[in-house]
This record gives sequence, C-alpha cells and structure tokens, in this order.
Amino acid sequence: MSESNGGNGKNPLVAVDAVEKVFHRGSEEIHVLRDLHLQVPAGEFLALMGPSGSGKSTLLNLIGGLDRPTRGTVSIAGEHVDQLSDHRLAAWRARHIGFVFQLYNLLPVLSAERNVELPLLLTPLSKAERKKHVETALAVVGLSHRAQHYPRTLSGGEQQRVGIARAIVTDPTLLLCDEPTGDLDRKAGDEILDLLQALNREHGKTIIMVTHDPHASARAARTVYLNKGQLSQEPMK
Amino acid sequence: MKFFHLIWSNLKRKKTRTALTLLSIVVAFVLYGFLSAVKQALTGGVDLAGANRLVVRHKVSIIQMLQQSYQQRMERIPGVAAAVHQTWFGGIYQDPKNFFMQCPVVPEEFLGMFPELLLPADQKRAWLATRTGAIVGRKTAERFHWKIGDRVPIMSPIWAQADNNRVWEFDLVGIYDGRERNTDTTAMFFRYDYFDEARARGKGLVGWYTVRVKDPTQAAEVAKLIDAEFENSAAETKAEPEGAFVQAWVSQIGNIALITASILGAVFFTILLVTGNTMSQAVRERTGELGVLKAIGFTNRQVLALVLSESCLLAVLGGCLGLGIAWLLVSRGDPTGGMLPLFSLPTDDVFVGVALSVALGVITGIFPALQAMRLRVADSLRRM
Repeated sequence: MSESNGGNGKNPLVAVDAVEKVFHRGSEEIHVLRDLHLQVPAGEFLALMGPSGSGKSTLLNLIGGLDRPTRGTVSIAGEHVDQLSDHRLAAWRARHIGFVFQLYNLLPVLSAERNVELPLLLTPLSKAERKKHVETALAVVGLSHRAQHYPRTLSGGEQQRVGIARAIVTDPTLLLCDEPTGDLDRKAGDEILDLLQALNREHGKTIIMVTHDPHASARAARTVYLNKGQLSQEPMK
Repeated sequence: MKFFHLIWSNLKRKKTRTALTLLSIVVAFVLYGFLSAVKQALTGGVDLAGANRLVVRHKVSIIQMLQQSYQQRMERIPGVAAAVHQTWFGGIYQDPKNFFMQCPVVPEEFLGMFPELLLPADQKRAWLATRTGAIVGRKTAERFHWKIGDRVPIMSPIWAQADNNRVWEFDLVGIYDGRERNTDTTAMFFRYDYFDEARARGKGLVGWYTVRVKDPTQAAEVAKLIDAEFENSAAETKAEPEGAFVQAWVSQIGNIALITASILGAVFFTILLVTGNTMSQAVRERTGELGVLKAIGFTNRQVLALVLSESCLLAVLGGCLGLGIAWLLVSRGDPTGGMLPLFSLPTDDVFVGVALSVALGVITGIFPALQAMRLRVADSLRRM
C-alpha cells in the first residue's frame, strides 16, 4: 500500500483513497497508479516529485477531475469527484480547481485580460464584476500593465503569471500546478515559485505542484515522491 | 453574448482562411439572390395572374390574330362578365435594346379588366379625350425620363400606317402605378381606335382576349364554352386561365425552378465542402485549447455550442453580406433592359436565404462541434 498523509489531524481537503489507474495500449494493461493513498490538508503547499512516466500528471489529473480512477476514490472537500457526471464534473472544476500548466496553455487569440476572464464567463458575474476580478488577479501576479497584451508578446515568465492569474481568478479551493517552472529559466522560475509561495502563505491557497526539480520542491511545505505508481515520503534510491 | 468575443476571436485566428471562406459564402448568396430575382422575373407573373381571368388566343399560336368581333360573341357566353382585347405592337423606342411592351387597348374596358393598374382619374379622363393618347407604367416613365405631355415616337416593325410610315407618335397622358409591389409597370398602352384606323393592314384583327369570368370556380367550364363557340371557325381559340397562360409562356424557356435549383444546389454543395473543411481544420488545430477550456470548467455542451456558433456566425455573416449585395444589384433594375419587367428580390426568398445560411452553419459546424465535444480533456491537453 502506498500512503501519504498530511498528518495535521483535521479532515483533509484532498483525499485520494486506494486509487488505481490502468491505461490500455491494445491488449496490454499499463498500471500507472497502484493502490495509492494521499491526503492533503487545506492550506498546504505540497510538491509531488518523481521521474518522467511515474504517474505524477495522471495523479494530478485525477485530483483535478480531468480523468477518472480505474479503482478507488478521489474526494475534494468531501465531494467524491470520481462519481460526478461529466457535466457536473465540469461545473465542479470551474468552481473548485485552478490549473497552472507547464506550457501556460493560454489562448493565443485572446489578450492577457481576456485569458484571465475565461473561467469567469462560466459564472453569473456581470461584465463590470468580471472586469474587477480580472484586474485583481492580474494585480496579484504583478501584470496589470500587460493586461492588453497578447501571449505572443509576453515572455515565458509573464505568460505563466497570466496562467496563474487565470487559475486564481475564481478563487478556487485548490490550485493544481503541473511543472509550472518546467519551461522557464531559473530567474523566471524563481519568480513563479515566489508567487505560488505567496499565494499559499498570504492567501491561504492549497497548492499541489508536480515537479521534478528539487529546487522547486524545496519551496513546498511537504514533498511526496511517486515512482512506478507508488507514493513515498522519501525519494527512491 | 458574453461568449461572443471568444467566438469572434477564434474566427480571426487565421484571417486569410476565414476571409476566403467568407468570400466563397458571399459569392454563393449573391448568386442565390440574383437567381431568385431572375426566377421571380420569369415566374412572378403566374402569382400575379388574376384567378378570375382567362386568356383567349388563337388555337394555333399567339401570333395568329383573332377577329375583333369575337368580343361581343364572348360576352354573350354564360359565365363571362367582360372581354377585352390587346394586340402586340412590338415597337422600338430609339434603340432595339430599349424593350418594353406596347399594346393598343380600349381604355375604359381595359382599365376595368385590370384593376391592379392604378391610373389617376384626371389622367384617365385625358386618355379618353385624346385619340393619340397613351399611358405608360411608372418604371418605363422613369427609365426614359418621360413626363405627362411628352410626345413619344415608337417605331413598329410589325405595324405600318397607311402611308407606310412605321413611326407612331403618341401623346403621353398618364402614368400608372401597380397595386402590388410586383405589378408590372413597364408596359405602354394606347388607344385601339387610333391604331385600328391608322394601320395599313389587319384592320379588325386583335392579338388576344382577356376574359373576366363571373365565378372563378367556373373558369374551366367557361373556357370550354368559349372554345366551343369558335370551334370550326376560321380562327379557333384556346382559352385558359391567365396563370396557366403565363406559365406556358415561361415554360418555353424551360423549367425555371429546376434550372435555378440545380445551379444553386451545385453551388451550395461546393460551399458546404469548403466551409466544412475550414471548420474541421479550425477544430483540429486547436484541440489543446479546447482541452484547456474543458479543464477550466467549460462543459461538453458549451464547447459544442462554441464551435457551432462559430460556423453559424461565419455562414450567417457571409449569407447576409451576399444577400445584401444581391439586393443592391437587383435594386439597380432589370439587367436585360426590359426583358424581365418583374425583376426583383422577393422578401420570401430573402428569409429563405437567411434560413439557408443558418442551415449551412449548422451542417458545416455540427461534425467538428461533435468532435470537439467528445474530446477527452487529459488527451487534448497533451496536444497543446
């Protein structure tokens, strides 16, 4: 059994219980995650490390409701997300999850502020309210002066800041970051990590960050290691 | 409406491709509008034909003449309310290209037979008082900048005067309008008594008759009675409802509806492929972005609606632009210089055009939209 608990005694915000994930390649079964347990308390900044192909992104996708486990359950703030219909799962993601991607995944046809506004289009907020939220999110990531710029005119670090602003604009329950500094140089990467740390410490955001960079994981409060579908508190030798 | 910016931005992604697709849709709808106007010009007369009117012509051909004395005999037939005659004058004003119909008629009975031609009372009185008087429809008056009081020379290759002069001069005493928007107001009518007295040959002969029946439901029976009346005479007749007469006239050109439908069918099928290909490509290119939208909470149905809205916006924009250009072209008037007096874009066809553009958007967008809807988020994010 692979297990990792937050260990603060409270009900965990994220509870991954006996999860297995199997992919099929033709007749071959590939067991990406095996009997995996993970608990993350609210307000934690958790780093998830592991070599390529260890199942880090798959686990992040399961927690974020982008995929479903083959067996086991995933519950976030008491909601069993693996049991929600596709339609309800999409609505749940909009309300509870903020994604930060390695390659920023901004829409190139939209300006920075329009990219940040995207998740708000799914809310009943008025145009003026949406504008106010977008301005706040861009201010938090320090990009108010680049609001009108399109992704192609922004540096990698700036694009990732826009990506973070888009992830936090709806004030989600949980931030899921998939190698957020993986495509950035050290300086820009440090700025992004500073920002994530500030979001965790000053705004109380719960963050799960996938990384294979020890320098990045050092910023997290706790690091767990994933190898061959199993979690451990220590890196595999 | 809050998603409009997103839809519009996606259309602007590949400006050249979108512009070319839009252009092809515009061209298709210009063609649709123009062909609709041609169809209207050729077949509109059938709709405007009076249900209570019959046309009686020579059994052999309309160019064979009938006796003017037939009028009284027809009016004695049970079920006939009135009969009036017209004769093809075939005149030319200045240039053979300036085509419009002219006919000698008996003014009072003619205007009574065709109440859709609206002539002011004072102009009617002037026509009755002027032997060389003529009235002309508004369209032709405007086309040649004619006004009441003008003396209009018309050269007839068919009818010469007694002195062999083929140029007939008429005093313009009235300009009539049409009761309906599509009523033909291109023809010119002048007095039969002046014509009959002055022509060198064919006195007492007329081209065809229009007969008003007392009861439109008895029109077929009355037509039979008329034909029976002149059976075995020197000029046997063929009587038929006015609509059928116009239809037969149009059918000489061919099946207009089938011709236009065939052309438009080919054009729209091509457009369907062009637009469908554009939309499929557009969706394939941004699989990753659609995955991002789903990741941040867009439902499958919302993604479907976004892609479908995009194709509909493109098609409706192209359709409306095309119809607008067609309307502008058609409103410049008959492109043949008089052969198509009813040349106009019917309102019904405009609505059908708009509906066609929506259908085009739905048909071309539905498959890429379903494809986008079915994308699995985790898979599509890997294609960013």
